[in-house]
Amino acid sequence: MKFLLIEDNTELAKAIATRMQLDGHVVDHTATIAEALAYARTEDYDLILLDIMLPDGDGRDFLAQQRAEQRDTPVIALTARSQVSDRISLLDLGADDYVTKPFDHAELQARCRAVLRRKSGSAQTLIKLADVEFDPIAGYLSVAGKSVALRNRELRLLELFINSPGQIFSKQKLFDRLFSADVDVSENAIEVYVGRLRKHLDPSRLSITTHRGLGYRLDHE
Amino acid sequence: MNSRVEISGSLRFRTAATLILGVTLLAILLFLGIRSYAATFAQQSQDSILGASLTSIIDAATLRDGVIELDIPYASFTMLNTATDDRIFYAVYNEGTLISGYEELQLPNLAETSEAVFRTSRMFGAPVRQVTATRILIDAHHRTRITASLAQTQDNLSGTLARISRHAAMIGVGFFALAVLLSIWATSMAISPLKRLADSLTRRGPQDLSPIIKPVPTEMVPLVASLNNLMARLDKSLTQSEDFIAEAAHRVRTPIATVRSHAEMTLQRVDKEENRHALRSMIRAIDETSRAAGQLLDHAMITLRADQLEVQLVNLYDTTEEIVLRLNAVAEMKDIHLTLTGSRSACIAGDSILLQNAIRNLIDNALKYAPAESCIEVEVHQAPTRCLVVRDQGPGFLIDEMDTLSDRFTRGKNAMGTIGSGLGLTIARDVAAAHHGRLVIENNATGGACVTLFF
Repeated sequence: MKFLLIEDNTELAKAIATRMQLDGHVVDHTATIAEALAYARTEDYDLILLDIMLPDGDGRDFLAQQRAEQRDTPVIALTARSQVSDRISLLDLGADDYVTKPFDHAELQARCRAVLRRKSGSAQTLIKLADVEFDPIAGYLSVAGKSVALRNRELRLLELFINSPGQIFSKQKLFDRLFSADVDVSENAIEVYVGRLRKHLDPSRLSITTHRGLGYRLDHE
Repeated sequence: MNSRVEISGSLRFRTAATLILGVTLLAILLFLGIRSYAATFAQQSQDSILGASLTSIIDAATLRDGVIELDIPYASFTMLNTATDDRIFYAVYNEGTLISGYEELQLPNLAETSEAVFRTSRMFGAPVRQVTATRILIDAHHRTRITASLAQTQDNLSGTLARISRHAAMIGVGFFALAVLLSIWATSMAISPLKRLADSLTRRGPQDLSPIIKPVPTEMVPLVASLNNLMARLDKSLTQSEDFIAEAAHRVRTPIATVRSHAEMTLQRVDKEENRHALRSMIRAIDETSRAAGQLLDHAMITLRADQLEVQLVNLYDTTEEIVLRLNAVAEMKDIHLTLTGSRSACIAGDSILLQNAIRNLIDNALKYAPAESCIEVEVHQAPTRCLVVRDQGPGFLIDEMDTLSDRFTRGKNAMGTIGSGLGLTIARDVAAAHHGRLVIENNATGGACVTLFF
């Protein structure tokens, strides 16, 4: 996925971009509305993350400009303001969602996913691997021709594995992906979800193998 | 906001009372004036008849060879006839000797040439009006002086006077009544711009702090000018407060967001268990800080707005649905099934920003405390009582804490592992109170918390 991040706080922008890249996304970063408009005209983004208070104006101006130019790239606003009315006007102006700073990256991810799912149809995200078909945005999984209902955490876990088959993921990495950073849960909880995923994938030619001391890996028979 | 106002009398009453007092004095003066004028006038007419009668008597006296002849003309007395049969007394003296009439009639001392003298005296106990005149009679050899006096009782006069007084009193009372009505009308007229101003201020919405632009009478200009000035200042300070809260939120949250993102990013790169644990604790502390800051500012905003609700018709179901849809992304992260049921037509006249804030806080709480892969049920009911219910399958409330949990900064003992500021329920309770409702905290029979906002 290709994201455009418009945020004037460089430290925060760097942190967001790095985190997004860790999740396998491509992020373009800009700090001004003028630059952002130029980026948006030349590149085709899946999603735009937009700060509201920018040095050369209000992020809402960018939103209005985007909509005036008939560009319907989904936008998630990043706001540090607390007024509910402020949030409403964001949505009125065509932002698809917003997160309030400081935000949990897991929540930002969840919101991105929700927005992309709502706007899907434009982007085809179906991944095929052996006899498994998986659409992480739509939350669709078919194993050996049979569709399987996935819970959200199972889905996110599978997405990580299926994007990099053959790569070993540590328990911590998987845990960070599935849980908010603020939860106080033992990292062993990840075993439950790996176990469930194994069960779902049982009829297929894919399997998740344990590598003692290292982590888990998606294998292809 | 109803504030008591100390009352120091009524402007209308004061003006009317002053006017009526003045009018009363005027009416009394009018009465006395008419009466005294009438009395003088009546006295003058009696005097002129008495004078004419006495003149005809005294003119009838002749001196012939030193003998006084007095033939009182009949007409002299008939002209004094009155409706009330007033009595007449007369006396004629020649050089101190009574020639004819009543000797009881006292005469004033008169100089030789003096004109007729009128006075009021008493005769047989009754008040009389008396006229006395003197005349010198001369024939070829003699010169003598006669003095005649004529008195008449005043029954007719006092009757007339009483009648006139009665009429004068009636005129006075009529004048008084008319003047009272007039003064009441006049005060009403004078007060009416004030009343119109008060009415137009009362009819205003709580957010309307615009200046009064309708023309007002000159006397009210200073009042309206200061009122406009006050409202402008109030508007400014309210806007400043709201702006300050929004700005403060921004200032506090942006650096916290940076710190949190860094901490989270570091967490991704650290493998050692104790470091990861420390980072998680740090992130939790950051969240605690930002949540407390956010809730404090929200609470300040709510306190500010609760004093002047921006009331409009809010569809409770639609508002809740919007919040539920938005929070669904968060619910999904924990695989929580968040549902909304109830009456789609449930409406309330209230401040939509406050209501949204309260509802969001309640669902937020449920999301925080509910375990993964559980259900949260949100219900909106219009009947029998309009309410919003949020049920979760979390740990619920401890029985002995239920009464105090909605107090500021109070958190349940079983909430220690979860991030919170202790203001969520306070906000919900304050919003309910601002809408004349209440917040009820219970546990479900099957476990978990059940929080209800009754409106």
